[in-house]
Amino acid sequence: MKKLIQLFLVIALVSALLLYTISKLNSSQGFTSSNTLTIYNWGDYIDTDLIDRFEEETGIKVIYETFDSNEAMMTKIEQGGTTYDIAIPSEYMIDKMRQENLLVPLDHSKLPNLKNIDKRFIDLPFDPGNKYSVPYFWGTVGIVYNSKMLGGKKITGWADLWDKDLKNQILLTDGAREVMGMGLNSLNYSLNDTDEAHLQEAKTKLDALTPNVKAIVGDESRMLLEAQEAAIGLVWSGVASEIMAENEDLEYVVPKEGSNLWFDNMVIPRTTKNVDAAHQFINFMLDPEVAAQNAEYVSYSTPNKEALRYMPKEVVEDERFYPSPELTEKLEVYENLGKKNLARYNELFLEFKMHRK
Amino acid sequence: MQNKLSKNIFFIPYVLWIALFVIAPILLILYYSFFDIEGNLSLVNYQKFFTPVYLKMTLSSFWYAFLITAISLLVAYPTALLLTKTKHKQLWLLLIIVPSWINLLLKAYAFIGIFGTYGVANGFLEVIGIGSQQILFTDFSFIFVSVYIFIPFMILPIFNALDELNPTLLDAANDLGASRWMTFRRVIFPLTLDGVKTGCQVVFIPALSLFMLTRLIAGNRVITLGTAIEQHFLVTQDWGMGSTIAVFLIIIMFLIMFVTGNRKQGV
Repeated sequence: MKKLIQLFLVIALVSALLLYTISKLNSSQGFTSSNTLTIYNWGDYIDTDLIDRFEEETGIKVIYETFDSNEAMMTKIEQGGTTYDIAIPSEYMIDKMRQENLLVPLDHSKLPNLKNIDKRFIDLPFDPGNKYSVPYFWGTVGIVYNSKMLGGKKITGWADLWDKDLKNQILLTDGAREVMGMGLNSLNYSLNDTDEAHLQEAKTKLDALTPNVKAIVGDESRMLLEAQEAAIGLVWSGVASEIMAENEDLEYVVPKEGSNLWFDNMVIPRTTKNVDAAHQFINFMLDPEVAAQNAEYVSYSTPNKEALRYMPKEVVEDERFYPSPELTEKLEVYENLGKKNLARYNELFLEFKMHRK
Repeated sequence: MQNKLSKNIFFIPYVLWIALFVIAPILLILYYSFFDIEGNLSLVNYQKFFTPVYLKMTLSSFWYAFLITAISLLVAYPTALLLTKTKHKQLWLLLIIVPSWINLLLKAYAFIGIFGTYGVANGFLEVIGIGSQQILFTDFSFIFVSVYIFIPFMILPIFNALDELNPTLLDAANDLGASRWMTFRRVIFPLTLDGVKTGCQVVFIPALSLFMLTRLIAGNRVITLGTAIEQHFLVTQDWGMGSTIAVFLIIIMFLIMFVTGNRKQGV
């Protein structure tokens, strides 16, 4: 009995010590004087030289933290443990965060550089009037394919995927919006369509694709495509540009029938303690030269029209990542369809997954 | 008197644990299952469960769980029998258990490499002249990897049962003229049946709701009830439907426990 009590005491003591250390570490890290700015961003999604430059120019100290999913980011901001001043969620998350009251409205008078953003990317449905967000990078959903494995065959649109020669060659991404969107787009319907007949039609069309689908995977698709496990993948343009840098045979195409247009955006979350510095940072990142340098580092597409002048011609004119205005016309941003419709999308996607060859 | 008091005190953690982590979650799941996606009280989820989509999913989950359990048993029983006959049986047993200390995700990723088009398995098939096959993302790879992961849990209870078997019984069977097969069928197997039942329970029940392997190894070509629950909770945020599937899983598991349960019988 005595030994048992001793054991309990030791455990309690160790726990207390650990707790103390953690709180000490936290306070030494997250000091929140008026002179710091905490940025919450995706991993490797900014040129760190720019952070140094921002610190030098403004005298504000930047604390940089990263997340790997929108959901994880939102949960952490909801909890409010850390005082994030800037966060960079994707567009569908902005609507949700706004509804949960997690965002601070932007003061446009403090963001003169907002004028540099391409008009196409301003005032979009997920944030009318850019009240809460400013686009950071944008991209598309498209097809990445290995031209060598396909024997030089070219892919230009969704319809090409239904080719009988492509048996077991396609990796789809495990997302209901992406895959159902592909089905809808291939039938020339909007990828925000909620008409039951259209959805059914899209699902039937997708079922016909099953023989060509090798697997429906998540982030592993990068690894699998790089390793030439399959010749074709349904991916986001960001993923495409990353794996294309690793494997020269890979090509990316935005399907001619239309596809999804996505945005990652700078917002100021409720947790902020330094609204002023946050505005300064957003305005800094909107500077054409800064945006150009950042875009070259991250190699995603920048929405900053003025920045394009500072970037190499071959990058800006690369239609794979800066599609022509005619094609962008056909691209659609995911609308928040509401829980019920989203559930319908997921149900059909589940049925599609269960469809056997 | 004091003894009784301390007994009651020791009872507190148990009761708290059961109430907080067993009964409360089950009640919560049951509670959530009565709400539709818009948060209205309704039985629509239960109605939906009896549509072809979910019935088909239930059947296929059962089928795969059955295959995994059956193959595990077929491999595990002879292995356990062999282990009890070896000299350093604890060491051999340890070697079988060691892989279960490695993170499941890591093992799954390793198998992606092994079974891939340019992986070791296909390299071997090339060498022996069969030629490269699609192994990854097939039913075969899914069942193989699942069996690999579950097999220690099948071997352990069977090994324990065999180990506890009184050797004099085997001698008696032998003296009375039973053949080796007869001894196995009439003496060894019936006496280790409890181990087999435990093993089957420990494998079948988790196999019924496997979800990560279905994506990593089966490329979502195998959909189990576990996959559907994951999707409903994380993507659709239709907690009601997810909970309803979970309720059915709980009911099914109780039924299995009841059927295969170790009802104590006099020897």
